Amino acid sequence: MSSAILRFRHLQLLIIWALLATVPLWLPMLGGYTALAGRVLVFALAAMSFNLLLGFTGIMSFGHAAYFGLGAYGCGLFLKYVASSTPLAMVAGTLLGGIAGTLFGLLLVRRRGVYFAMVTIAFGQVCFYVAYKWDSFTGGYDGLRGFARVPLDFGLFKFDIASSNDAFYYFVLVVFGLAVGLQALVLRSPFGRTLLAIRENERRARFLGIPVERHIWLSFSISCFFTALAGSLYALLNNFADPLGLNYIMSGNIVMITVMGGMRTFWGPLVGAVLFVMLQDYVSSMTTNWMFFVGLTFVLVVLFFPRGLMGMLQKRAGT
Amino acid sequence: MLQLVLFNVTNGLIVGAFYVLMALGLSLIINLSNVVNFAHGNFLAIGGYLAYMLTPYIGFWGALLVSPLLTAVFGYVIEQVLIRHVYARNHIYSLLLTFGLAFILQDACRFIWGPAPLPLGIPDILSLPVTPDLFFITWYRVFMVAVVVIAVSGLFAFLRYTRVGMRIRAGTLDLDTVSALGVNVAALRSYNFAVGSFLAGLAGVLAAGQIGLNPNMGDDLIMPSFIAIIVGGVGSLTGTLLGGLLIGVAAALTTVFYPAGAEAVIYVIMGLVLLIRPRGLLGEEGMLS
Repeated sequence: MSSAILRFRHLQLLIIWALLATVPLWLPMLGGYTALAGRVLVFALAAMSFNLLLGFTGIMSFGHAAYFGLGAYGCGLFLKYVASSTPLAMVAGTLLGGIAGTLFGLLLVRRRGVYFAMVTIAFGQVCFYVAYKWDSFTGGYDGLRGFARVPLDFGLFKFDIASSNDAFYYFVLVVFGLAVGLQALVLRSPFGRTLLAIRENERRARFLGIPVERHIWLSFSISCFFTALAGSLYALLNNFADPLGLNYIMSGNIVMITVMGGMRTFWGPLVGAVLFVMLQDYVSSMTTNWMFFVGLTFVLVVLFFPRGLMGMLQKRAGT
Repeated sequence: MLQLVLFNVTNGLIVGAFYVLMALGLSLIINLSNVVNFAHGNFLAIGGYLAYMLTPYIGFWGALLVSPLLTAVFGYVIEQVLIRHVYARNHIYSLLLTFGLAFILQDACRFIWGPAPLPLGIPDILSLPVTPDLFFITWYRVFMVAVVVIAVSGLFAFLRYTRVGMRIRAGTLDLDTVSALGVNVAALRSYNFAVGSFLAGLAGVLAAGQIGLNPNMGDDLIMPSFIAIIVGGVGSLTGTLLGGLLIGVAAALTTVFYPAGAEAVIYVIMGLVLLIRPRGLLGEEGMLS
């Protein structure tokens, strides 16, 4: 890598983290509120986890809402029925979504292309129907209510994420930072490099003796665990788990965030999440025909900006 | 009890017939163009609304004929303007494109015809029951099944005996060779997309006569259609036909014994098929997998 590219990368990292760390300072000045930034981070984490699969393994899932939603429900159900501990609830949500994804993955790994996408959509809808129909346990159509995040207790001091929005934002930021740090490590490992090889040429990877199915399965599983983690954060953010968070429309949003930001770039989905949350917030406040405009954005992005914003920037920077 | 079972089986066959019409159209497009058309349910709604507009002028029978044709033209235009641009790209783009298109069309229907349900008038003769004993079997239900049978037979005859139909089938198996033999693949895909849209439009008119019109009337049908295709096996139209009927009847029978599981059962069937026979009932090994 040339020094110019390295400098670009370092500058990029510096800007991203500096902006994220100072959100409570500058966002209110622009007329936003801190919870909006929390939403951005949660969607960004979901989309970056999804992008491990789409951008870095070349596999197309259209059902990631299932794992996102399972993470949210797992977290909410734990807080409501088991124990009031925020970290344990997040572990529960992450495990629920991640394990479900790992098991579904076993049925999926031999499928490719649109067939893979269709089966992932259908699996996603299974989870949606379970949450939707199981009224007594999940709250059905109205969603799961009656739980709230509780302050973190470190023994010596307490960190009050329950009532302070800023404190909760920093909590989400720390989780986000740890998660994407782990993702970067995975992608830099020999395993991550192998995933790239599969993306570039699956047949060649197979001829080199790489167990392609097992790698895709592992990649799917890892992606689902991280997506479920994002889902559990989403439940904490809203103190609410929504069956629509499991619906294929949510899956489409995750894909859109990824593509809009740039699916071949590590940070693209974060940029996509910023754009998406802004668009959603703005359009739904302007018009009741928000579906029309969101759909139009999807079509325009696909036709005219398929590389996404980060993809275009990186191309210009020559990386 | 017998009457209840009979009621639900006939219901299941009719619902299954809708799944079949939807799923065959989707399946045609997937096979030749590798595009999963999320907006297919909205094409169905458009077919229904066009019939609603046409009925005052040309009557129900005229609308039944003209509305699917107009839906086919609409599909053709959509294919020309939007969808053909993403064939050469990663599949994710075609999914996103039709996903966005579904949003646009649904909101457009709501904007043009309003969010409230609308009725579609059907001829009086069709709303009478066939026999007084089985009051729930109206002539309209018999008529729907007959139309679906005719349409499906027509589709299979078209694919078997016409030049375009044979090329579509050949393209499903090996598009590169078909292209190398001098067939205009781009045009073939456009015709094929129009045929798929025709089936959606036809389903729309039939559905509108039974349950009326609303902007998201196709939403409930799209997911079962996906499952019909997965169960039947991607790449096989006969499989799609079987899959649609199977899940329709299975869902209806479940309604008799365990109503809450009616929607779940089709997913259970899909899971079982994927476990035991991953390529689907009649799917070819290696096809699109």
